[in-house]
Amino acid sequence: MALQSTALPHKAEDYTSSSNATLMEGVRDLWSYRELFFYLAWRDITIRYRQTILGAAWAVLQPLTTMLVFTFLFGVVVKIDTGGIPAPIFYFSALLPWLYFAATIANSGNSLVSNGDLIKKVYFPRLILPAAGALVGIADLAIGALILVAMMAYYGVLSWRLILWVPLTALLFIFSLGVGVILSSVNVKYRDVKHAIPFMVQIWLFLTPVIYPASAIPHKFRWLIALNPLTGIIEAFRATVAPSTPFDASSLWLSVGATILILIVGITYFRRVEGYFTDIV
Amino acid sequence: MLREALVNSFQSAWKKREADERKTLWALRDIDFQLSAGEVLGIVGRNGAGKSTLLKILSRITRPTSGSIRVRGKVASLLEVGTGFHEELTGRENVYLSGCILGMSKKRIDAKLDEIVAFSEIEAFIDTPIKRYSSGMKMRLGFAVAANLESEILIVDEVLAVGDGEFQRKCLQAMSDLHSSGRTVLFVSHNLAAVSSLCSRAIWIDRGRMKEEGRPADVIKSYLAAFSTTDDVVRDLAGIGDRSGSGDIRFTRIEILSADRTASGSVRCGDSFVVRLFFDAKRDVVEPIFGIDIQTSLGIVVAQVHTYNNGFRIPLLRAGPGYIDVRIEDLNLLPGRYLFSLYAANLGHIYHDVLTNCTALEVQPSNRYGLMRGMTKNPIAIFASSWEMGDARAGAKSLPFPPALAAVGS
Repeated sequence: MALQSTALPHKAEDYTSSSNATLMEGVRDLWSYRELFFYLAWRDITIRYRQTILGAAWAVLQPLTTMLVFTFLFGVVVKIDTGGIPAPIFYFSALLPWLYFAATIANSGNSLVSNGDLIKKVYFPRLILPAAGALVGIADLAIGALILVAMMAYYGVLSWRLILWVPLTALLFIFSLGVGVILSSVNVKYRDVKHAIPFMVQIWLFLTPVIYPASAIPHKFRWLIALNPLTGIIEAFRATVAPSTPFDASSLWLSVGATILILIVGITYFRRVEGYFTDIV
Repeated sequence: MLREALVNSFQSAWKKREADERKTLWALRDIDFQLSAGEVLGIVGRNGAGKSTLLKILSRITRPTSGSIRVRGKVASLLEVGTGFHEELTGRENVYLSGCILGMSKKRIDAKLDEIVAFSEIEAFIDTPIKRYSSGMKMRLGFAVAANLESEILIVDEVLAVGDGEFQRKCLQAMSDLHSSGRTVLFVSHNLAAVSSLCSRAIWIDRGRMKEEGRPADVIKSYLAAFSTTDDVVRDLAGIGDRSGSGDIRFTRIEILSADRTASGSVRCGDSFVVRLFFDAKRDVVEPIFGIDIQTSLGIVVAQVHTYNNGFRIPLLRAGPGYIDVRIEDLNLLPGRYLFSLYAANLGHIYHDVLTNCTALEVQPSNRYGLMRGMTKNPIAIFASSWEMGDARAGAKSLPFPPALAAVGS
């Protein structure tokens, strides 16, 4: 037969009970499904504002409103020292990465459960789901960044250092993905995670220098706040819009280390438990 | 050597202690088969036998607890119609999404889009969100995507069980096209006629184990034979455990009576006879429907006889035991073995009792409709028919049937 005479494009693949694919095979598998990764992210972005009046304006409205409230509360009422940065820019520059993180751990963390039907009906590397969940928020972050550029131009503080948002966003993406991967795989077995995420987001906000600068923390508590890898990341985001504020590079490097660690732990754990996702999701 | 081969072997797990064995319910055990390129394998078995689990393991969705699978070639699995469809997306968007989820590249979807849309017959609504589609439209779109998959190996579960007759025919056509294109197909279906016509080989799975493997006709025959071990015209149904439905009505017995409802006797081709269904109603049931499906030993459904079709309305069935008779006129089935499935239901797919292939009826030969000769194509039905010759000079005339044949089997 004609089909049999064609060269075989595939080598035989074995699936067994115990043999997790090697890391290399896992990476190759992910790579061959890269289109699906973008399609799933595209799906979530597309459907989000279907049948809404404001549509994509929601992506602008949410961070902008939060920023205005923060500016009023902490800039006008409580008068937190922003180190000479205009208050709207001070809050907005930290809010954008924070909102991305908060949305992503919710998206990613619930991705396996909310796509349970898909998991049960078709094979693809499961890691794609939390990863696509982390990609979705990038769209909002990009829109927010454009507004930030406009705001900085308005205040006359536009700086080339904003270009650093690209590598910082990559770091933030990986960190959020790491947390999301862990949450999503635990969520499959223990639905407590679903309820814990909003609570976690709320607490984490106060432990991260979003509404206050890291410099406002008394010295003897600095180490505590440094345990939170988000501190270094968000401080770095903010430092790009405020050249005058002192920036602690060591806390950023700490965050980079923590990010790599969390991603490794997350993926290792994920690969260990993904075998039973279909059975209990 | 240059064969894309699919090898599966689930070696039995390492010997475990008896106690462990008893606690664990194995969905599949000792399944071992090999499928070569271009083969179409039908998998038959009762509900809960493990067919779907097998497909899930073969498609990598579930990991086997023990054993291994070796696959050579790109696999696509169709365990439902419209995998990955999202209600909010339009038909076109869903074609891309579902196609990608099932393993098609964007390039291929671009190339096949027109074909897919044409196959689904919903050109006018392709840019409408599918939440506004009827279920039939969604199904057609889902199948249209599936029919254009490019994988070498296709795993299909029960896709044909849905849709109207016309659509099913189209799907069967698509399936047989896949076959002739040299694709390797694994195919679970309760449509035994489809299995026997599409598959080159079949396996029968029963309670997680492989009961038989071989030619589809043989496997289906022994599969159906297992449903009913007796040819008695009276059969106790109360003890059958393999049934589904709410249990508000339970069949307890079936009797085949002669047309005058007296002696139970055998049924010959052309006879009129009565099927008496005894049941027990646990509570009052408003407007129940009773019915019988009759299929051949190869699984082709030849008739559905039910009160709803006959316009026989039962306003209120009181709780308690009772029976209902259906008189079947001039049974024009050729001699052979036929299987009865019984059901008591309400409109809207509410089932009280469903007994699949619970009884067999052996139709005996008779000369009622002819001499029973020259039937070379294994037909199922026979009609009362007569011939006339246009040219009288030919001297054609009908001969009386020899009386001897009438006695056969009676």
